[in-house]
Amino acid sequence: MEKVVCETKVDIKNADGLHMRPAMQFVDVANRFECDITVSNDENSVDGKSIMQMSMLAATYGTKLKIRAEGADAQQAVNALRKLVEEEHFDEPTPSEQKKR
Amino acid sequence: MEIKKGIAVSPGIAIAKSLIIDSEDYRIPRRSIMPSQWMMEVQRTRNAFKNAISELTQLESVQDATEGGKIKDIFAVHLRFLHDRSLRKKITDLVHSELVTAEYAVSTTMRKIASEFAKVEDAYMSERAADIYDIERRLLRQLLGSRREDVEHLTEEVAVVTRELSPTQTAGFNKKFVKGIASDAGGRTSHAAIVARSLGIPAVVALEDLTETISGGDTVIIDGNRGIVIVNPDRETINQYKEYSLEFAKLEHRLDAIREKPAITRDGVKITLLGNIEFPDEAEMVLQKGGEGIGLYRTEFLYLNRPSEPTEDDHYQAYAETVDVFKHRPVIIRTVDLGADKYTQRKRFAPEPNPFLGLRSIRFCLQNLMMFKTQLHAILRASVLGEVKIMFPLITNLQELMQAKMILRDVMEDLDEDSIAYNKNIRIGIMIETPSAALTASTLARDIDFFSIGTNDLTQYTLAVDRGNELVSTLYSEADPAVLRLIRTVIQDAHKAQIDLHVCGEMASDPEYIMLLLGMGVKTISLTPPMLPEIKQIIRSVTMEDCNKVVRKILAMNSERQIASFLRDATRKILPEAF
Repeated sequence: MEKVVCETKVDIKNADGLHMRPAMQFVDVANRFECDITVSNDENSVDGKSIMQMSMLAATYGTKLKIRAEGADAQQAVNALRKLVEEEHFDEPTPSEQKKR
Repeated sequence: MEIKKGIAVSPGIAIAKSLIIDSEDYRIPRRSIMPSQWMMEVQRTRNAFKNAISELTQLESVQDATEGGKIKDIFAVHLRFLHDRSLRKKITDLVHSELVTAEYAVSTTMRKIASEFAKVEDAYMSERAADIYDIERRLLRQLLGSRREDVEHLTEEVAVVTRELSPTQTAGFNKKFVKGIASDAGGRTSHAAIVARSLGIPAVVALEDLTETISGGDTVIIDGNRGIVIVNPDRETINQYKEYSLEFAKLEHRLDAIREKPAITRDGVKITLLGNIEFPDEAEMVLQKGGEGIGLYRTEFLYLNRPSEPTEDDHYQAYAETVDVFKHRPVIIRTVDLGADKYTQRKRFAPEPNPFLGLRSIRFCLQNLMMFKTQLHAILRASVLGEVKIMFPLITNLQELMQAKMILRDVMEDLDEDSIAYNKNIRIGIMIETPSAALTASTLARDIDFFSIGTNDLTQYTLAVDRGNELVSTLYSEADPAVLRLIRTVIQDAHKAQIDLHVCGEMASDPEYIMLLLGMGVKTISLTPPMLPEIKQIIRSVTMEDCNKVVRKILAMNSERQIASFLRDATRKILPEAF
């Protein structure tokens, strides 16, 4: 089997940050893939499939995270996760959207 | 061997293996396991996760997605945590590496995670610590639930060791096998103390960190006479205590010999001695110890030892069983005194911030009429079987009394309509246990047949001291001049109104207060059954003149300390063995 490694950087765009529900969405997406997924901020590197570890990153709005995937479907995994964090921002409002409400 | 000092609250000596009961609301003490046990603890952890998952899945499935599905989301998040392998591994690794119980590993791990969240400066994020605590509690409930079951299905003698005993836990005890109680928290009138005295087993409380120094199964000596607990005693100490316990039993036997003799002072004044009970099977003990009836039947225990509310027939059966023991001697049934530390708090969505000043006792009954009427119905039905009297607890004003009596009349009408027999002249009394009731006793006396002074609550409300809080429990004393003044007022008002007066609090079980109570004019006292012989012995050793002298002296004293030490000396002179 070929070993694929993929990496990307994402910004947390929703106002409330990566709290419990977004962390749940993140690991739910991550767990759909076979590859190993690691997520890191400046200090820590955690398992992207563990809600405990993900939520303990306590990534607030504006935090930059590095997502690294390793395995056959690494590319798809990274794409799906980037879409969730940056495009859909966990179906939650960004700070500017929040103000409009 | 380790010796711990606490407060002796129930006399006697117990030597037994310890059984530790955890309360889910408190920090789980670190408890070590044998290297051979770790696999079992890991399995317990896995099972706890498995059961918590199925419980939560069930809960989640019945939540609908309305209101943005917020609650459903919360459950979903909690489920992800329970499914998280790295979380489970963290806990089982701790069990293995540190050789600790599953409870301890769950608690420490979850609390460490929660404290990480609490550190985050973003408020929204830091509040998530509450979710972690919730998951912790769910897991602990799984782990401790089976442990609690153990208390109900004991097969060998144990000494119960606990942080603090809750009424619900004690209601589940298999009394045959519990030989003693020791707790970290509590005072003379804490629940553990009352239960131990009523069961006639030794108890020591306020031991501070006992649960952390002891492991389940350790041999323990509970010395309820001197307030000492010895963990893992050596052979010599055990032998000493066996001898000591024999001597103590001899004293008890000597007192038992006076069982058949009447409770009369040396100058011929008859005092009526009644018993306080919580379970029907204690009625027999009251009789054995020479009690002449039941002065206080605490019926709330019907609610505490079963998962659902008792039916009218459950009530009736319990009352009928008790009345049957006494035939035509008085049985005073107190209507449910729930709330505060008992039952209702557990059922509340948000616990009251100040339960002792909250919806408890008669207040709770007056707001839960269905439940109140069910009990009154059963009491009235049992009233034809013997001399049953009704007593309302925690009355604070005339209006509450009127309301309670009106509801009683309603229930009587219901019985009339169904042609069910009951005693139409059933005697009605109230507990005097709040300063407001004591101060208005002359008014309240017009509408009832008897008063019963509940000295525990009266003392705590008068002195504004939580009797279960070891930080202030030294301030709690019935010998306080303020408390004694209120008690004296109530006694005088009862005499003026020519109604019966009883004293049924802990004060009535305490040898030191008997002369004082008699001197103030009390003729009926109701107390914990094991203390009946000793109290009778005191009554038979004094004259009313002695008692009056004690009262005169005490009325001139201004400090609790002075009064307490005077009473102790006076009692020691007449019954030296009691000390």
